[in-house]
Amino acid sequence: MAVAQENARAEGRSFSPFWTIARRDSLAGFLFIAPQLVGIIAFVLIPLGLVFWYSLHEWNVLANTFTYTGGQNYRMLIEDESLLEVLGATAIFSAGLVILNMSLALLLAVLLNQKLAGIAIFRTLFFSPVVVSLVAWTIVWGFLLQKNGGINGMLLMLGIEGPNWLREETTAMISVIVVQVFKNVGLNMILFLAALQGVPKELYEAARIDGAPAFKQFRRITLPLISPTILLTSIITIVGSLQVFAQIAVLTQGGPGLSTTVLVYYLYQQAFQFHFFGYGSTLSILLFAIVAILTFAQWQMRKRIVFYES
Amino acid sequence: MLHYRNLKSTACTLLSVGAVIGSFAWGGAAHAQSAVNLRMTIWSANEAHLKLFNEIAAGFKQEHPNVTVTYESLPFETYTTALTTQIAGGNAPDMAWIFETSAYDFVKSGALYPLSDTLKAAEGFNLDEVSAGATERWMQDGTLYAYPFSTSPFAMFVNNDLVKAAGAKTPAEMVAAGEWTWDKAIATASAVAETGKGGLVVRDFNYQAWQYLTSVWNGWGASPWSEDGKTCTMAEKPMADALAFIHDVVFTKKAMPGPGETVDFFAGNAAMTITQISRASLLPKDKPFDWDLVPLPKGPAGEYALIGQAGVGVMQSGKNAETAAEFVAYMTNPENSAKLSQFFPSARKSLLNAEVLKKTNPLLSEEQIDKVVIAGIANGKVMPGHTGFAQIQQMVRSNLDAVWRPEADVPGTLQKICGQIGPLLKR
Repeated sequence: MAVAQENARAEGRSFSPFWTIARRDSLAGFLFIAPQLVGIIAFVLIPLGLVFWYSLHEWNVLANTFTYTGGQNYRMLIEDESLLEVLGATAIFSAGLVILNMSLALLLAVLLNQKLAGIAIFRTLFFSPVVVSLVAWTIVWGFLLQKNGGINGMLLMLGIEGPNWLREETTAMISVIVVQVFKNVGLNMILFLAALQGVPKELYEAARIDGAPAFKQFRRITLPLISPTILLTSIITIVGSLQVFAQIAVLTQGGPGLSTTVLVYYLYQQAFQFHFFGYGSTLSILLFAIVAILTFAQWQMRKRIVFYES
Repeated sequence: MLHYRNLKSTACTLLSVGAVIGSFAWGGAAHAQSAVNLRMTIWSANEAHLKLFNEIAAGFKQEHPNVTVTYESLPFETYTTALTTQIAGGNAPDMAWIFETSAYDFVKSGALYPLSDTLKAAEGFNLDEVSAGATERWMQDGTLYAYPFSTSPFAMFVNNDLVKAAGAKTPAEMVAAGEWTWDKAIATASAVAETGKGGLVVRDFNYQAWQYLTSVWNGWGASPWSEDGKTCTMAEKPMADALAFIHDVVFTKKAMPGPGETVDFFAGNAAMTITQISRASLLPKDKPFDWDLVPLPKGPAGEYALIGQAGVGVMQSGKNAETAAEFVAYMTNPENSAKLSQFFPSARKSLLNAEVLKKTNPLLSEEQIDKVVIAGIANGKVMPGHTGFAQIQQMVRSNLDAVWRPEADVPGTLQKICGQIGPLLKR
């Protein structure tokens, strides 16, 4: 000890350094997470708190008044006659989107998981809509889906009179779902493709030796082994489906009637068009609760469904 | 030791750089105290409109060298939403155009700076020559909160080339013969539609903004609510008859493009369009077609006219509200109102004569000015508006979707609409 102190004095150091290796490591760690932490605090936690605060107030933007109303907006939520229809439209949209998106993504991933010449071109082709601007994509589809638009023009060449896609309740909902699926199916497809390529080939070989047909191989080997990815993509897709806005705003504006007025669009109307910012905030708390409950439920289900999940 | 010295010199350098930047900033702040930047939101991005506005801003700068006015064009369809979002975000413009439909919301909320005193004090402004009818919805308790700088009549633009090609009588001929009625107008539109082109387009309606159908249903004496705005009148006979007529025109006669169909008159693809004369700027400069402008046809309730208004108001929350009010006074003084009249007709009596309007509207003939512009402004009703208009508009729109299909129960739908908007109107 005395020798060490002597050495330290000889080197000109009279005390132990503040920046020990452990401290340096923790500082580096904190600096690495700092940008993300600042981002989460500034753009997630503070707005979340503010939205809850706003939901307890009546905020008239034009008159610049901000009055505490307690639970009045929450009572309005229960009494809102349109809300049930809006939640119904949201459920149909989400269910349709998740089922179509996931099954199509899985089908494409299986088809594109082949070692064929030029397969990369097809993979790029199906992934490319993901990188296209959402609004540009939707506007183009808006033109195609007009009554006298491109899709009906093509149908007419085949002798079929197409429906008025965006102006009839059923076809309007189908249209917004399909436009959204085509936009984002590539992302899930790539995730599934990566998962499929991680399945050990020996398992298929063993199954073939045992005489298992292709469908059984898919059900017994492929599906269980990619189930963690299925869980991940289903959470991302469901949360994404509940946040859809641009497609509705550009294609249908919530119509015909309220048939495509999903929760986020309804929230936008209340807050930004009707200037009921307090009630709009209450609706976003409802949306947050729905997303949180669904995500929690899916996470719980992983124990029963997901294979190899620790 | 060396390290410590380095730190010291770095600190000194930083301090001196800071001092230099600080002195610049101080000087800049002192300069900025006198400079005033005013921002005005508008819903037109039309080159000709912007050129004129910029000329007016340049004129104001000559008198007030420290004031710079810039214009921010927001999309027409979402204009009011974008404007209120700016206000909610604490980024309100200094001045804003305001739609006639949302005038009540803005005027009654207290969001606008009172203009009466500034306008009355402005030299040569002469507010008294603006009719009481024009300022009615922009006033509250005798004070003017926004100046109605545009009082633009709705009229029918006609593509005579298409009408003649279809072998139909031109609207001008029908006007001259005194037989310019809705039935005759639709017969012409229908004849053109049969040739594969569009018939009649009610511009901006798009089966969403139903308020633009006022240009049709006023011919039946219909209105969505009573004069005092408290009672729904949509279920009454005039409205039911007018909407039944429009339904027949769309789905049986196919003289109007149906829901989900887009046809642009100004691209030469439709026989007629109803819109405000400010849209004359959209007429093609290259390869123009033979166009005409006629008044709205006579309906079962007789002759009528409709005017759309636009107000310009000063935001109460702006830092330079007083200077902004002075700019509004300059922008809408008689001299500039005359210039603006080529797109946005003024409600000033001194400017409502063919001689003045002919100078500023070289595109229009004297007859068009007389019959459409002057008569329209003199006799026209203003587009309907109401407090909380956006919510009422949305409620009516979502219900009217049931009318825009071939098999529709028009009276039943109108009853339902009144049941829903009734409580909102009474608020």
